[in-house]
Amino acid sequence: MEFKTFVFYFLAVIMVFAALRVITARNPVHAALFLVLTFFNAGGIWLLLQAEFLAITLVMVYVGAVMVLFLFVVMMLDINLDRIREGFWSYLPVGALVGILMLVEMVMVLGGSYFGLEAMPAPPTAGEGFSNTRELGRVLYTDYVYPFELASLVLLVAMVAAVALTLRKRKGIKYMHPSDQVAVKREGRVELVKMQAEKED
Amino acid sequence: MEAMLQPVADFFGPTWPAVWTLVKIVAIIAPLMIAVAYLTLAERKVIGFMQVRIGPNRVGPWGLLQPIADGVKLLFKEIIVPSGANKGLFILGPILAIAPSLAAWAVIPFDDGLVLANVNAGLLFLLAITSMEVYGVIIAGWASNSKYPFLGSMRAAAQMVSYEVSMGFALICVLLISASLNLTDIVTSQGQGRFADMGLGFLSWNWLPLLPMFVVYVISGIAETNRAPFDVVEGEAEVVAGHMVEYSGMTFALFFLAEYANMILVSILTSVLFLGGWLSPVGFLPDGFHWLALKTAFILLLFLWARATFPRFRYDHIMRLGWKVFIPVTLVWVFVVAVWMMSPLSIWS
Repeated sequence: MEFKTFVFYFLAVIMVFAALRVITARNPVHAALFLVLTFFNAGGIWLLLQAEFLAITLVMVYVGAVMVLFLFVVMMLDINLDRIREGFWSYLPVGALVGILMLVEMVMVLGGSYFGLEAMPAPPTAGEGFSNTRELGRVLYTDYVYPFELASLVLLVAMVAAVALTLRKRKGIKYMHPSDQVAVKREGRVELVKMQAEKED
Repeated sequence: MEAMLQPVADFFGPTWPAVWTLVKIVAIIAPLMIAVAYLTLAERKVIGFMQVRIGPNRVGPWGLLQPIADGVKLLFKEIIVPSGANKGLFILGPILAIAPSLAAWAVIPFDDGLVLANVNAGLLFLLAITSMEVYGVIIAGWASNSKYPFLGSMRAAAQMVSYEVSMGFALICVLLISASLNLTDIVTSQGQGRFADMGLGFLSWNWLPLLPMFVVYVISGIAETNRAPFDVVEGEAEVVAGHMVEYSGMTFALFFLAEYANMILVSILTSVLFLGGWLSPVGFLPDGFHWLALKTAFILLLFLWARATFPRFRYDHIMRLGWKVFIPVTLVWVFVVAVWMMSPLSIWS
């Protein structure tokens, strides 16, 4: 077996195991940490495909930022697993139906004539000085510049909406502006008064 | 060198590349660990001198054996796992804290060609690996099953995510003007320009055209390593010692080592990205690793100096500085640099 194949199976086995544990782990924090492990192994597999920019961005964005905030929220929630599991049996038929539908769709797409080795042969190995980042950047900012800008606009709207939904102005709270506090001068706080020394007779 | 190593390579056969890489890793990590140990001594000495004290002077001449005594003490202490703690994650926390700060050294260039892995996307790799550092703190805080560690880890999560953004923008400016993600290329591109041709190399380094970014990067680096005055994560007056409250012995020592290894990493990165790495500041002196060590030591002194000078920031002030000051400044400067590069006044061609 080639070394590369061994690395692929090593990453893939850990990834599938971690992905399974995400949905079977009883503790939500453990589930989130298994999701981190899944992302990490997915990044490794992408690295094997010579897509180093995507692999590192996956780790940077999902592991470094998204999952940190996820953990932040999950740790603060008091999740009662028994309450969540109450409706398990009544939801099972619907869930199973959706699951089977998705499985059938995946088999139809992946098993059909679109994805075989004949339809999609392995890409030629990149040369010595090939930069994945430069290639992606060139394509994103030339051929696909309008879809790219559109996507960024959608993200901006989502950000503004999230801020608008959660921003509340509460009245009557004692809030000090940090800029005022930083700008404080000695003259505004301390007054030195000159007075004569008092003597007791 | 190659010819000398040939018999050894023949002895190991096909496993030679792995063995040789391991040897190189040890050659990086072992001096690093010694540097970390003596950085703790240097910190106590420097802050001592700044506060007109003597600092440690009992163990060995001038206290030089103090880090070894500290290490031995921590090694022999018992590791106590709290009864309500999540044992697996409790042990995993300190390991995850130190692993990224060691892994990041794989792409640091020490001299021209002297680097463990000369990868194309070195800067991206560094960003990804350093963004993993927060996990150790978060997991440790949660797994301890205790209030102060938990508060500390919440603070760590919010603070590190905030300052990573401005750090990322500062790095974007650097890679804009050097047009490469490879750290060796970033250093060599700083050795070119009008001033470098005149023999005044230090004026060609990135710190001058990117001065606001340089300042933002150093300050964000202090915040990212949770050092004073941004050390609210372990602020002993508020949350006792944050995520480290329940840790003892070697598990505590790992957090300690990780913090100082991170300081050295941020300092060496600042030197590589903004201060010209191993390049000599003036034309008549040769380039070499000693310049990189000197620059790193200078940034480390800044870290200690800041700790001895400033009182601890209040938490909302930290958040305001990160989101309302640094991010707008860096966003504008990315735009300024991009326009500057496209204008006829561009100094990078």
